[in-house]
Amino acid sequence: MSKTTDAIKAAQSRHENVLVGYFPAGFPTVKDSIEACVAMCESGVDVLELGVPYSDPVMDGLVIQQATEKALSNGFKLKDLQEVIAGITSKVDTPILVMSYWNPVIRYGVQEFAKTIKEAGAVGLITPDLIPDEAADWLQISEELNLDRVFLATPSSSQERLDSAVDSSKGFVYGVSTMGITGTREDLDVQARAVVSGVKSHNSSVPVCVGIGISTAEQVSEVNSYADGAIVGSAFIKAYNSGGINELVRSVKNMKAGAQS
Amino acid sequence: METGKLSEQNGPYFGQFGGRFVPESLIAALDELEQTYTQAKNDPSFQAELDELNAKYVGRPSIITEVPKFAALAGNVRVFLKREDLNHTGSHKINNVIGQALITKRMGKTRVIAETGAGQHGVATATAAALFGLECVVYMGEVDTQRQALNVARMKLLGAEVIPVTTGSRTLKDAINEALRDWVTNVADTHYLLGTVAGPHPFPTMVRDFHSVIGKEARQQMLTEYGFLPTVAAACVGGGSNAIGLFHAFLDDEVKLWGFEAAGEGVETGKHAATLNKGTVGVLHGAKSYMLQDEDGQTMESHSISAGLDYPGVGPEHSWLKDIERAEYFPITDDEAMQALKLLAETEGIIAAIETAHALAGVIKYGKSLPAGASILINLSGRGDKDMETVGKYFGFLGAGNE
Repeated sequence: MSKTTDAIKAAQSRHENVLVGYFPAGFPTVKDSIEACVAMCESGVDVLELGVPYSDPVMDGLVIQQATEKALSNGFKLKDLQEVIAGITSKVDTPILVMSYWNPVIRYGVQEFAKTIKEAGAVGLITPDLIPDEAADWLQISEELNLDRVFLATPSSSQERLDSAVDSSKGFVYGVSTMGITGTREDLDVQARAVVSGVKSHNSSVPVCVGIGISTAEQVSEVNSYADGAIVGSAFIKAYNSGGINELVRSVKNMKAGAQS
Repeated sequence: METGKLSEQNGPYFGQFGGRFVPESLIAALDELEQTYTQAKNDPSFQAELDELNAKYVGRPSIITEVPKFAALAGNVRVFLKREDLNHTGSHKINNVIGQALITKRMGKTRVIAETGAGQHGVATATAAALFGLECVVYMGEVDTQRQALNVARMKLLGAEVIPVTTGSRTLKDAINEALRDWVTNVADTHYLLGTVAGPHPFPTMVRDFHSVIGKEARQQMLTEYGFLPTVAAACVGGGSNAIGLFHAFLDDEVKLWGFEAAGEGVETGKHAATLNKGTVGVLHGAKSYMLQDEDGQTMESHSISAGLDYPGVGPEHSWLKDIERAEYFPITDDEAMQALKLLAETEGIIAAIETAHALAGVIKYGKSLPAGASILINLSGRGDKDMETVGKYFGFLGAGNE
């Protein structure tokens, strides 16, 4: 079983919105990012998506690009990732999925990377630029180490590719809401519903969480009405940039509560 | 499997290199592109249309010029130039652009985006967009918009929108990131007209095929006009499109292949773009290949006086040709390239692009290692008009008359 799936199901059984929250490791510094992530987990994030800063983040919009550039310019190194994960897991038991572009992982060594994050207390890996077709070694290593692995399902994916994303994923499937990169958008695409139903039609037991462009509590509620969770990233970084931990906590609580009817 | 002819490797992998390391959002577009390209390749009417455009618009076949006075600088050898500088828009880049523009039409897409470093690929793309009535957006690192300002003006004149990229190192690598982000968002009506033999499959294969006309023509011209094949085929390598275009026709011949990378201020200084000489294997912009990266897998900034070679990656087929030792790749410094550019101009009256000058310098440097009577075919990939400001400053030609 997967700790990520358990956390999602637990929140659902409490009739709460499921909230997956993204924050970059090392932003703005290693110490600050630990503090911010712990605060997010304590304020209602059910699963933490911990981003690894990377020089060429092609799936990310400006808000996350600027945050991860800041982390790198402040000296973030892969060896700090362990400290960030351990710093969070020593305070909270929210499952942590590391989100990394593929090159840092293969440079570190897939097996070494997987072992390192597991020892530090993370439960798996989200890989935005790795498709199951190219993931043979990661599929095997994650199986051996019992780590979750999250692949993307998108509006342009054929049913065959949605099936492959579901079959390869463990923990949850990352449903991409719309064609585009991360960043806040006012209108969520109707395409998100189609992705979720495509995934569910193949296998309804793997949860599917929806991300890209979710920026309001109303959207979190809406997504939770047809999917197993909402993934929020840029909106949290914006909140943190505008008012530090206090504003971040306020934003997490607001998103978790969802639409107030 | 790597059996049979080297020239028949068509991806997605070249040995361990290549593949598709991109977000799932782009896979459908890459599949559509691969399918459309495969159909076109097998459709005689597509080849006929491409041949017609090459003959009546690009100006193909490009000629071969023997340059004996320049050759005298390179030992006891004969040197021949494949004159891609004489193509419409001034470089080899147009070969690929015309091909991909036809593919864009076949897919029913109405908008093309492109990245550009030196501006040559951007100019070629803007040209094809004007010709075929496509909307065109070119991403160009802010640093490059400054050092290649004339090409920015050309693109604008041709009706393209030029977007300066201000993230990361503000050069070619970041222009590609920005183009990929645009593509992920607008993939329904947009084709990413990638300008080199890098990127996810099918780009390395398709772009190579469109440039392979360079080597096919040159091979035939050498046989017909001179009666022999060259001892060496030589080209500069950034992403590697002009080099693979020349090399491909010779892969299964007994012809040595020399690629010349930008060593910038010197490979020992760390300020270079010598990916195949100093890089390690990684994934950048959708393909596994050699690249310049630090111990954490962060892409390192490359350095070269030539914007077109200033790229920390290289096409996967070159990485494969290096590993199987079919081709050799050597580093050439900024100064070696600039001196060679000047020498070709002085001895033969031909002004090459700074990118191309790396191949000229390489031939001067390594030609002397060849036996007497050997011959070298250089891909003269582009002309130097766009570089006159850099060249003028480098040699002190600008400003002196006004003081």
